[in-house]
Amino acid sequence: MSAASRRNPFPVNWPARVAWVALAAYTVYAASLFQLTWTRFLTGIDNGAKFLDRMFPPLLGKWDLLWVGMSESVEIALIASALGVVLSVPVGLLAARNLMPGWVTWLARGLIALCRSFHPMIVAILFVKSVGFGALAGIMALVVSSIGFIAKLFAEAIEEISLKQVEAVRATGAGFANVLIMGVIPQVLARFIGFATYQIDSNLRNSTMVGIVGGGGIGATLFTAFQRFDYDFVLTILITIIALIMVGEIVSGWMRRTFQ
Amino acid sequence: MSAAPAAASIAREWQRFTPRQRLTRYAFYLFAVAALMQSLRSVEIIPEFLEDMPEQVADLFTRMWPIDWNYYPTTVHAALVETLHIATLGTILSLALAFPVGIMAARNIVRWPAVQLFAKFILVSSRSVNSLVWALLFVAVFGPGALAGTLAIAFRSIGFVGKLLGEALEEAHRGPVEALTAAGAPPASVFLKAYWPQVQPSFWSIALFRLDINIRESAVLGLVGAGGIGTALDDALSLLYWDQVAMTLLTIFAVVIVAEIAVTYIRSRIL
Amino acid sequence: MTQGGFGSGAAGGTPDRSLRLVGLRKEYVRGTPVLRDVSIDFAPKGMTAIIGPSGTGKSTLIRCVNRLVEPTAGQILFLGRDMAKLHGGELRTARRRIGMVFQEYNLVERLTAIENVLCGRLGYVSAWRAWLRRYPAEDIDGAFELLEAVGLAERAGQRADALSGGQRQRIGIARALMQRPDLLLADEPTSSLDPKTSVEIMELMVELAGRRDIPIVINIHNVELAKRFAQRIVGMTGGSVVFDGRPEELRDEHLKAIYGGEAWL
Repeated sequence: MSAASRRNPFPVNWPARVAWVALAAYTVYAASLFQLTWTRFLTGIDNGAKFLDRMFPPLLGKWDLLWVGMSESVEIALIASALGVVLSVPVGLLAARNLMPGWVTWLARGLIALCRSFHPMIVAILFVKSVGFGALAGIMALVVSSIGFIAKLFAEAIEEISLKQVEAVRATGAGFANVLIMGVIPQVLARFIGFATYQIDSNLRNSTMVGIVGGGGIGATLFTAFQRFDYDFVLTILITIIALIMVGEIVSGWMRRTFQ
Repeated sequence: MSAAPAAASIAREWQRFTPRQRLTRYAFYLFAVAALMQSLRSVEIIPEFLEDMPEQVADLFTRMWPIDWNYYPTTVHAALVETLHIATLGTILSLALAFPVGIMAARNIVRWPAVQLFAKFILVSSRSVNSLVWALLFVAVFGPGALAGTLAIAFRSIGFVGKLLGEALEEAHRGPVEALTAAGAPPASVFLKAYWPQVQPSFWSIALFRLDINIRESAVLGLVGAGGIGTALDDALSLLYWDQVAMTLLTIFAVVIVAEIAVTYIRSRIL
Repeated sequence: MTQGGFGSGAAGGTPDRSLRLVGLRKEYVRGTPVLRDVSIDFAPKGMTAIIGPSGTGKSTLIRCVNRLVEPTAGQILFLGRDMAKLHGGELRTARRRIGMVFQEYNLVERLTAIENVLCGRLGYVSAWRAWLRRYPAEDIDGAFELLEAVGLAERAGQRADALSGGQRQRIGIARALMQRPDLLLADEPTSSLDPKTSVEIMELMVELAGRRDIPIVINIHNVELAKRFAQRIVGMTGGSVVFDGRPEELRDEHLKAIYGGEAWL
């Protein structure tokens, strides 16, 4: 062994070092690009204090507006989840490469990729143009994102199943539908329920936002309150939204425990 | 065919469920169907709009085509670069902020319940507020622009990164920790040489995963004035220049696909 | 290769390396002791093997010595101090003087062999220097000497997860000796290894520790290995010592008392 390697057992990892320096340089560069200066920070803190000051106490008067918006958000989330879950089953099955012929899976995968690649807000914008302002546009946007999420993971779950059980069912002479029901579904049901409940939570979160672009629900009310500087009402809405999301998580947790 | 009847038939065949469990299930079905029915009855859907849809979609596509390619060099390109900066810088910032929170949330490292509760509070509040709401808040504080977007992305990501980092730390093998403790190493060294080498791959994987999500999310922040490509989209939308909207959407689509492929590739390399 | 250059004791002469346990007691659950007031005097050199059935508190006993497990009561007298009473920095200073070899090796898998050996110096090196990997030059020399002594010098730059079980345990021994300890604890160091490798590991430990006059306290399942390498055997059952003597004094009736039954003999 050479004396040099004995003295320095830690050869410099040049790629890692270069990467760290590049990351640091980038951070400084990007921060300067956004004019992240000390004075701006201080002004921001000052604004933040005023902002918080105007937020408190939360406004407790406009119950009507809050109720209408929140209930519409919940309705959007529920309908979109039901439709999304139901539609995800066939799409996911068609996308599973171990069950379907190649060309079918490519079509289904293309559909899933299309549903996935746009943020629900952008999809909502397009549906607002197509079906007008209101809850329908929000529902359709969330259905699209539900299919993108559930069908993709469902297809992946199906591709991971043990084919031995499927073979065993097929060997009994069962038809294709029976093979699905007895050989495939039991193996993936628990995971499907997991994806579905996760997406229900996600839909609930997004249903409070699609209103910003005209998709119905509390989002419109929230955005208007921001634009009118009604920060005390903003706080009321935010607290309600967070409470709703937490209740939603409790319910979906209960659902998961009941069915898995 | 839906998943629910299959679940019910299994429940009957296996006889694994107590009457109480079965009752819970039926209560759940009842609740779900009632909620759905109520929603369908009260939600405001105007059927005429639905009938009008094919016509509107056709109209949308004719307005979108031909795509205004010229919108890219004049506006979209700069906005796209800004979006990528928002996503990347926001992710870096969130990693720095989430690192201590993740450590505080790991039950095998921090043993004071108060600190853990504090960490959990930060993680939950970060995740319960949508990135658009974070963006609205920071626009109100710092004014419109990319700075608000970056902070929104960073604050929204703390919960995600911190939670996963905390879980990775909790899954770290106890052995090396024990060995270094037995050698008399101070806590900082134990973290550095026993925990960190074990969680490092997951840490970078979490960071990349979040970067992928953040690129998608940062594309819409402009809708509320927080900078990036969403601003270009919002401008085109408010002027009803659908050919420019099409150009912007095409760009977002391309970037999201490229980002996903790149992230998947890098993750498979480091893991 | 210098003979025992590294880890051959403190510069100012060898301190008294005998370990005394007095009335050591451990209850994980209140009222059900795992160790029942164990008192043992260990010799300042040579190997003492602790044998006994699984779950009898051998591992707890060894882990109490360097306080990886908190004893409920009793004294652990070593180098003129009671280990049971130390806290924080004092405890870490005391732990540096005691090396430990583990059943599952407990190496940091993603670090190289040489850095795992250098982990033995972490009690002496600041976290900052450890992060920058600026270990003192004499430590690096010492680590290479130990790697050579355990026969793995050419593996220095390999990651620990690329090594076989026997090789990992050799690294584990080198790491423990890297502390220049006054006592070596070994918790089932051969249980995860095949019979041939087990013997090699025992030989290596006895030789390297013997050269440095470091006493070894080992807890071991394999009675044959214990009889072959230890100068003294302590048999435990149900948290108490039931045999204490030289290997040649250990008879079948003792084993029956320790492990119960006789069909296995």
